[in-house]
Amino acid sequence: MYNAKYIIPGLIIFALLFTFPFWYNLGADAYEPVELELPEDYDDCLESTEYMRTEHMKMLDEWRDIYVRDGYQMYWSELKEQYFLMSLTKTCMDCHDNKEEFCDRCHDQTAVDPYCWDCHHIEP
Amino acid sequence: MKSNRRKFIKFAGLAALGWSICPSLAGAGPSRYKRIEEGLRAERWAMAIDTTKLTQEVMERAIAACHELHNVPRIESDKNIKWIWVETFYNLIYDQSHPYLQERQLPVLTLCNHCDNPPCVRVCPTKATFSREDGIVLMDFHRCIGCRFCMAGCPFGARSFNYYDPKLFLDEDEINRDFPTRDMGVVEKCEFCAHLLDQGQRPACVEAAEGVLFFGDVRDPESEVRQVLGERYSLVRKPKLGTEPQVYYLI
Repeated sequence: MYNAKYIIPGLIIFALLFTFPFWYNLGADAYEPVELELPEDYDDCLESTEYMRTEHMKMLDEWRDIYVRDGYQMYWSELKEQYFLMSLTKTCMDCHDNKEEFCDRCHDQTAVDPYCWDCHHIEP
Repeated sequence: MKSNRRKFIKFAGLAALGWSICPSLAGAGPSRYKRIEEGLRAERWAMAIDTTKLTQEVMERAIAACHELHNVPRIESDKNIKWIWVETFYNLIYDQSHPYLQERQLPVLTLCNHCDNPPCVRVCPTKATFSREDGIVLMDFHRCIGCRFCMAGCPFGARSFNYYDPKLFLDEDEINRDFPTRDMGVVEKCEFCAHLLDQGQRPACVEAAEGVLFFGDVRDPESEVRQVLGERYSLVRKPKLGTEPQVYYLI
């Protein structure tokens, strides 16, 4: 092999840098699910917990388009079998009234920073 | 099974039938989304403003009702925000008045015209501004990128740009939690209280200035606004531009 004395150390350095995130985080704490403050008066959200956990952001995104642009205000919940007003502050946060202990905890843990509440204000 | 032409055509016919019935069966349950039943509906919303009954007090009441409901900040400069405001008659309807007109300095309430042919909708690159089926020219604040094409496109100056964070000019305790505030870099304007109409209420300014502002379905001959347009002489702003404004000024 030509120039092995340059290529092999170069490859080693590349491999080390490329795998940096893996060995840097060795021994670090594993991701732990956060403890959330759940509403006491209700057992279920509008859809199943699994669905809400993974899809709530898409659901809210759909809601805002359908509410503002398509002119529909009510959402049919398959789980509860009734219509609900599509509103972050009036429907979601009517039950989940503790933003710090519910929304923020998970968002902080997963390092996302939604700007919903910049404009949609909740009761102080 | 021996297949022949007759059988093939039979199956194809049945399949076509099933194909046409199935989607309607699948959608037979309650629909995913629906409107609020009490909501007010119209083919074309319009407003008529009785300029002869406009007093300072009535105009201030209408402006206050609107701006409090929609969290419109009060900014004392030319970078202010206005959804409904006062302009002199001559400034509003200069193409149908002259310098010696007695009423040229008459203060008149004015707002977005909710045009039938709105230039702001045509120029918006993100479709943040759009025309609803009932004619209301509505803004989806989520989509506004603050390019201000709509402000250049609007011949009536009905649009305002948030040069500052509006929350800085709003009292934390006085923010109406039922309506969002806006963010810096977003354009805003009157929306004929579309959110109130959908809930079955009339616009805030119309309620605040009872008997001075008329509101209703302009396509419905029985509506309040059509009645008053039939009885009185009225003007619209800049009719020659062809935007077809739906705010009428009774004189």
